[in-house]
Amino acid sequence: MAECVRVDSSTSTHTMDKSITLPPDEIFRNLENAKRFAIDIGGSLTKLAYYSTVQHKVAKVRSFEHNTKEAASDKLYEISVQEEVTARLHFIKFENAYIETCLDFIKDHLVNTETKVIKATGGGAHKFKELIERKLGLKVDKEDEMTCLIKGCNFVLRNIPHEAFVYAKHADSEFRFQTTHPDIFPYLLVNIGSGVSIVKVESEDKFERIGGSSIGGGTFWGLGALLTKTKRFDELLQLASKGQHTSVDMLVKDIYGGSYGSLGLTGDLIASSFGKSATADKEFSKEDMAKSLLHMISNDIGQLACLYAKLHNLSRVYFGGFFIRGHPVTMHTITYSINFFTKGEVQALFLRHEGYLGAIGAFLKGAEEDNPNQYSWGENYAGSSGLMSVSPDMNPMQRARSGTFDMLEMDRLERQLVNLPLLQDPSSYIPDTVDLTEDALAREYWLYCFEEALDGVVKRAVASQPDIPEATERAEKFRQKYRHKLQTLRHQPFAYGSLTVRSLLDTREHCLNEFNFPDPYSKIKQRENDVALKYYQKAVKSLEELSWEQRQFALVRGVLAGNVFDWGAKAVSDVLESDPEFGFEEAKRQLEERPWLVDSYDQWLERLKGPPHKCALFFVDNSGVDIILGVMPFVRELLSRGTEVVLASNSGPALNDVTNGELQILTERIAAMDPVIQAGLREDRLTLVQSGSSSPCLDLSRLDKVLAMVVRERQTDLVIIEGMGRAIHTNYYAMLSCESLKMAVIKNSWLADRLGGKLFSVVFKYEVPAGKPSQDSAALTPS
Amino acid sequence: MDKAKSMMDKKGASGPFHVNNGQSQRGFHGHVVVAANGSCCSGNNAFGSSTGPNSSSTFENMHHLHRGEDAECNGSPAKRCRLRRRTESVRRNRPPFPWFGMDIGGTLVKLVYFEPVDITAEEEQEEVENLKSIRRYLTSNVAYGKTGVRDVHLELRNLTMCGRTGNLHFIRFPTQAMPRFIQMGRDKNFSSLHTTLCATGGGAYKFENDFRTMADLELLKLDELDCLIHGLLFVDRVGFNGHPECYYFQNPSDTQSCVKKPCTLDNPFPMLLVNIGSGVSILAVYSETNYKRVTGTSLGGGTFLGLCCLLTGCETFEEALEMASKGDSTNVDKLVKDIYGGDYERFGLQGSAVASSFGHMMSKDKRDSISKEDLARATLVTITNNIGSIARMCAVNEKIERVVFVGNFLRINTVSTKLLAYAMDFWSKGQLRALFLEHEGYFGAVGALMELLKTTEDP
Repeated sequence: MAECVRVDSSTSTHTMDKSITLPPDEIFRNLENAKRFAIDIGGSLTKLAYYSTVQHKVAKVRSFEHNTKEAASDKLYEISVQEEVTARLHFIKFENAYIETCLDFIKDHLVNTETKVIKATGGGAHKFKELIERKLGLKVDKEDEMTCLIKGCNFVLRNIPHEAFVYAKHADSEFRFQTTHPDIFPYLLVNIGSGVSIVKVESEDKFERIGGSSIGGGTFWGLGALLTKTKRFDELLQLASKGQHTSVDMLVKDIYGGSYGSLGLTGDLIASSFGKSATADKEFSKEDMAKSLLHMISNDIGQLACLYAKLHNLSRVYFGGFFIRGHPVTMHTITYSINFFTKGEVQALFLRHEGYLGAIGAFLKGAEEDNPNQYSWGENYAGSSGLMSVSPDMNPMQRARSGTFDMLEMDRLERQLVNLPLLQDPSSYIPDTVDLTEDALAREYWLYCFEEALDGVVKRAVASQPDIPEATERAEKFRQKYRHKLQTLRHQPFAYGSLTVRSLLDTREHCLNEFNFPDPYSKIKQRENDVALKYYQKAVKSLEELSWEQRQFALVRGVLAGNVFDWGAKAVSDVLESDPEFGFEEAKRQLEERPWLVDSYDQWLERLKGPPHKCALFFVDNSGVDIILGVMPFVRELLSRGTEVVLASNSGPALNDVTNGELQILTERIAAMDPVIQAGLREDRLTLVQSGSSSPCLDLSRLDKVLAMVVRERQTDLVIIEGMGRAIHTNYYAMLSCESLKMAVIKNSWLADRLGGKLFSVVFKYEVPAGKPSQDSAALTPS
Repeated sequence: MDKAKSMMDKKGASGPFHVNNGQSQRGFHGHVVVAANGSCCSGNNAFGSSTGPNSSSTFENMHHLHRGEDAECNGSPAKRCRLRRRTESVRRNRPPFPWFGMDIGGTLVKLVYFEPVDITAEEEQEEVENLKSIRRYLTSNVAYGKTGVRDVHLELRNLTMCGRTGNLHFIRFPTQAMPRFIQMGRDKNFSSLHTTLCATGGGAYKFENDFRTMADLELLKLDELDCLIHGLLFVDRVGFNGHPECYYFQNPSDTQSCVKKPCTLDNPFPMLLVNIGSGVSILAVYSETNYKRVTGTSLGGGTFLGLCCLLTGCETFEEALEMASKGDSTNVDKLVKDIYGGDYERFGLQGSAVASSFGHMMSKDKRDSISKEDLARATLVTITNNIGSIARMCAVNEKIERVVFVGNFLRINTVSTKLLAYAMDFWSKGQLRALFLEHEGYFGAVGALMELLKTTEDP
């Protein structure tokens, strides 16, 4: 059975002080603009969902009319900050005891909504129906619980990378996040509420309860309360985590004296749960009985789940329900059971937002006319609490949190995101090179590194809004928020899925946006673009004077030297801050001499002697020198060879990375100076697309749908990824089905050290997928 | 409460699943056992009929009886006759008497004993006193000590085994009494009989060393699943004193018209064999020798009794079942209708289906007012339904339609047998049939005995 526990007054004994005051800014954000509510009331927790529109500032660039005589203004384009309205989903989880206070608060702040109905699900929905209708003046519309659960599950699996994880109690990292398979179906959802429901989900709308069991969370709770006189579920779990089941259970070795070798049953296996409590005239400790009960129930559920998985030939099995809900103890015993019964063939998977599934599903049911499933959504790290571990011994911060509020916010992304069609195996693609959740040393370094860099970011943020007096205050709030996030991640690296350099960077961007610093580097980018443009023609000319072979090398060095200009790297930003005149030539001198740290330049050169590529997809990095003096000449050469080029840049700002908006203007300006680029644009052989991302890193499994379409249409056979964020922190090991070139300068000495190099070491990684040998060039050497 | 005293009051009803340590020790120092008339005792009667509060351990008793004779046996005439008997037996490819098969489980020891009834006068004369006294002791009693019981109603009469005709007796005692049993073997000088002691079950391994060091006895250890299958097929073949060994329930879904019907296991393969002892093993059996253990669960008879003891303070299997028979599990379990007010139609679940076992017990009020009988019933129903559910899934996965339930959990337990029959029928929409066997828990021991007869047959 699937339903959450319907609570009798006696089971929800821990009534809270109703007069609590809520910190409203923190919790029910954007209520003024909220519309469409849904609520999921379970045995002890209420989950509220609403949809709001968020107004925030975005930086826009607009080209000046250059054919007018405004040459005096040497600015290339103007920057304006505009208000933009985006959609956001808010989910808030709190204890049922707070429900009345929360409803009052919502009522007081609800102004703009035209909503008449609130979708409700969960076992407690019935109990609170009258209260909700009275307080909010909304009609409660009940939705089927299982339908909501499945809808919610599909939604998080589709939209949140690293939603699912494997739990490994004794591993370095307890949580091992899974990359979401591009096709989430079919899967088995085992919902352990008071009973167990086993549901097979085959598509968005097709699911079936294939089985279940009456031995579930209610059995643990009910039987546990009888045996131990302990009332609360959490307390029972705590008892269990301290107990020894071997004093209550009859083990194989109690019967055999050892193992039952011929069947491969080890001596420690439980032969009969509670088998010893029948034969001995003695008292058993509460802890031991609770532990034995926990094992009994977990093993039984695991066994049934395996039998059903086997019968229906399913390998993805997700577990949820209040029995699981982030409890390390039950996640461990269920995982153990699944491993035992399937001999490792099936993994028990858990979900970070498991507690929200019902609320998400109920919300989606109510929002069907807005068709939320046609959009992609992204978890907002700034507004989400992240995964908490509930074990009190694991983290003292935890205790403080119980009884407070947990939040999840998801932003509607303007663009729909899909896989890069050129990934060799989308299901095994992992963007990030180092998983900081598992690598404690690296984690420590990067958390330290981001904390160190925080002052600089705050300073830059304030400087980006010189005319706004309260910018300092906001920047300070940003500092606090981001620092708090970093502290949380120090204790709970798993809070937002796998911790990576990318997620740290993205979290920082989300926090900056949260406090209306949409683009702190806009002015720097503008200035650097201006400067670099002035050198463009000169740079192209000097390249053209070189022999073909010299030029190929100079072009690569140009991209690499350009890539040194990265405000995201502290080593560089310190130089750039103190020496604004630091130029392209200086950067070239800083570069490591060949042989580089990773050096397949010779193979690349050989390849260039062969036939031109059909189409190259180039993921660009920084503004200024990088894009204008490094990338553009390289692009120009590709175009001259007859290769079409697709330039992919960020949809939104991140550090000093060039955005799609900026790049459009820059390209036009360059086209005005350079007939090759102009012809490329005119003949549609040079295309600008947006990546769909606003991150300094790159997730090739979440790219703009248009990009994917263009890549496919143009039969792209070369992917170039530039920069540390995109080619080293992420995608260093990405396997593509076509040729690829990863170029970056390592601008962080710790990372350089790790990779066996030093500061400004060069990674030049040219790869040809197995089975596609690079062209035999001998006969085709250009004259 | 003084548990020892209370047990005495219960007329020595220390059941097969439960032994009270203190009590046992007292019992072993009592006096002579009243010989029962051997009449058929069934069900609960078997446990109290012959052992009064002051009855003794017969193990102990035998020791006293035969001490003198042991001394006599040391004389050379006795040795000679023993030797002659052995030689004769070997010549006829038969092991020497006594013929035992033993299955030492986690909770109960099951012992089968073949009593030859075709003993010639010559044999009778040559039979050593030692052997004779074993035979008399086992066959003239229905209870042994506080906790040993002969299931007289299961006795297979006039059976021919290995060319000899006799009666097969079925005896059980708690595994906890094993040390006393072994001691008896020593005191009886059992090793002098040169018989092979065939034993199966986990205890064959666990107690092997004790048998060797304490009683100078070598066990022939046998695999419990091999024995289970051999024993089951043998008993089914020979039948139950002219009646079929096997039965099923007709109309399992209707409590009114549900009736037990005998049947035969002609063409028994493939079958899913569900052995419910302390724990549960599930086997897919394709032939007498080809089978595999599909899975097992630790939620078995031991769990039922263990939980019942903790929840109700009961002490024996019989007591637990007695309470369960009077209880109502719906006061303990949450049903679908308790949650949805009726059927959960979206998923085709009947309102009367159990949604959460012990689900009502989450509420303190309900915990405070629940009866022991209801708790016992709920425990029984929970364990039984779970076994049924796993068995059904295995049957479907293994594509086997016949599910045979055995094991001592089913002894005097019609609540469970009927529930299993119903569960198989209902959830499979009539595709699966649950079958049961009269000798429930004894097949392992029978299989062990057959192994004894086989080993000597193939030299």
